[in-house]
Amino acid sequence: MKKTLAGDFLVYDKSSKTYRADPEQLVRDDVEKHYWRNVLRTMAKDWRLYLMLVPMILVFLFWRYFPMYELLRCFKVADEVKPVSEQFFSGFSYFKRLLVSGDGLSTEFWRALRNTFLLSFYGLVFGFPVPVILALFFNEIKSDILRSAYQVLTYLPKFISTVVMTSLVTMLVKQGSLTSNMGILSQVLYSMGLIGHEVAYAGLLNNPDFFRAIYQISGIWETAGYDSIVFFAAIIAISPTSYEAAQIDGANKMAQMKYVVLPSILSTLVIMLITRIGSLLQVGYEKVLLLYNTNTYVTADVVSTFAQRYGLGSSSAQGLASAAEMMSNVISMLLVIGANTISRKASDVSLY
Amino acid sequence: MKRKLEISELIFKIISYTLLTMFALCCLYPFIYAISGAISGRHAVDYSEIVLFPKDIQFEAFSRMFNDNMFWNAYTNTLFLTVYGTVWALGVSILGAYALSKKRLLFRRFFNFFLVFTMWFSAGIVPQYLNYLDTQEVFNAMGITDDKWLVVIAMGMAAMNIILLRNAFEGVPSDIEEAAIVDGATEFQVLSKVYIPMSKSTIATVALFFAISRWNGYFWARQMISNSNEHPLQVFIRLKLEEYTDPEAMAGWNEIYSSDSIIYALIVCSIVPILIIYPFIQKYFAKGVNVGGVKE
Repeated sequence: MKKTLAGDFLVYDKSSKTYRADPEQLVRDDVEKHYWRNVLRTMAKDWRLYLMLVPMILVFLFWRYFPMYELLRCFKVADEVKPVSEQFFSGFSYFKRLLVSGDGLSTEFWRALRNTFLLSFYGLVFGFPVPVILALFFNEIKSDILRSAYQVLTYLPKFISTVVMTSLVTMLVKQGSLTSNMGILSQVLYSMGLIGHEVAYAGLLNNPDFFRAIYQISGIWETAGYDSIVFFAAIIAISPTSYEAAQIDGANKMAQMKYVVLPSILSTLVIMLITRIGSLLQVGYEKVLLLYNTNTYVTADVVSTFAQRYGLGSSSAQGLASAAEMMSNVISMLLVIGANTISRKASDVSLY
Repeated sequence: MKRKLEISELIFKIISYTLLTMFALCCLYPFIYAISGAISGRHAVDYSEIVLFPKDIQFEAFSRMFNDNMFWNAYTNTLFLTVYGTVWALGVSILGAYALSKKRLLFRRFFNFFLVFTMWFSAGIVPQYLNYLDTQEVFNAMGITDDKWLVVIAMGMAAMNIILLRNAFEGVPSDIEEAAIVDGATEFQVLSKVYIPMSKSTIATVALFFAISRWNGYFWARQMISNSNEHPLQVFIRLKLEEYTDPEAMAGWNEIYSSDSIIYALIVCSIVPILIIYPFIQKYFAKGVNVGGVKE
């Protein structure tokens, strides 16, 4: 019999008028003592379920978590031969170099960080309202066939790969040369008087002043239709009686928008906005990589492309490049978690 | 009052139709322009005489593309990556999502966190690249020298898709599962006979997401696949674009079509299969956002 010290673990047995150990507590003790054995037993009984989990765990472990181990490079002295585990620690030297040293590389890093933030910030400011407005417009079209036609057309660019999309953009604004004219879009802008001939002729993608505009406009072109789906779903869920009631009360179109539509889609709006703010430091680097060139680094270079340019080029800068990207990824993670927490508090809706 | 109300409605309606039409045309125009550019004569393309319809029609650019073995090679490679990649990713995701959807799974919270954490934090491009290099080495040692398998197996898994599937599986009523178990179904039979048929549309959506990301994949394919015979279509298009838009390299060009037409022809070739299947998959694609937007 197990010895117990505290009275809590004893129960009074009326029949024999003595104290004896609480049987429930014995079970609890037993469970605690054999916790892992019980776990293994449960798993063995249910082995099929755990077997199903194995491929997923392995894939994520090998190709999502093992790379995180390579991040140790950020704190180690670069060495082309030795693996990370045998390299010497260098402390925070790369971080210091990038953040505070003030040399060329540091300026370039700060520029990339600023560009990353600005590209997504402008994407938020200009890109966020467009799908909402599109959804409002879709709602105005009462004919189902016509509306589907519009929707199918506007979703279309989302299907096109980044490579094809950027190829199209490149061709539309390409530079002129002796044997061929400049791209059609440059010509249209030039003939409308929006840009000078010199600028258009040199190719808009070679001009840092135009990179952000091209990036945002092509982004809106690509995603606005598709992003409108979620808002449209919220708008179409509004009962027609709400509009009728508002109309009877004499509300005109603007008033209906303000008092019927807006409150109904507000929660969707807030959630989508929070999500967008959460991903403020995540920029589609593939698109930047495909659109930028040495002439436009000033406005186009983002942290990922900065890391890619230095880290994939030579092995001596791998630690430095990883350090750069890790900083932006950590901030990004905090933003995502923060956004998710706010969203959960605000609307009882967790995104994950 | 009634009259004024109609006017505000009418104005908004007119604005809606006008702007929507403009936006829809903007979405369509580049594609039409690309088609016209691909089949127009050299002078028309180089001196931008095309606005909408083709001029001096030729099909030389297309025939040059179709006679290029590398082009067909690239197409086959993309199909390979898309088909195998989707099957692999979907298989792993369905199994994992099924296990995660079970309340009785021990350490369920931990496994969920294990998954979700990869959505919050990514190691970044350089560590991933080094990791893929190591994987490549291991694969080579195992006798798999075709880099396409590396792309298929190591890349493209997405935690978000697994969570979508998990949520769909959680929505399946447990009575049906219990009935199946009473009838003597094993775990795998429950999955294949009950859960998969009952969440068909979510699975189709997720499969579509995987397929699209595979079809469109560019960066890692370019980094990891060194043999040009194994390049997928997107890498092929990009390399051609870099080659043909270099004015100096194209100075000696003398064909009856413009070098730009080659690019347009390539763009058209890569879009056409998508356009063909687009009407069939569009509904799943549209559904995906609503499923994925907000959950739990």
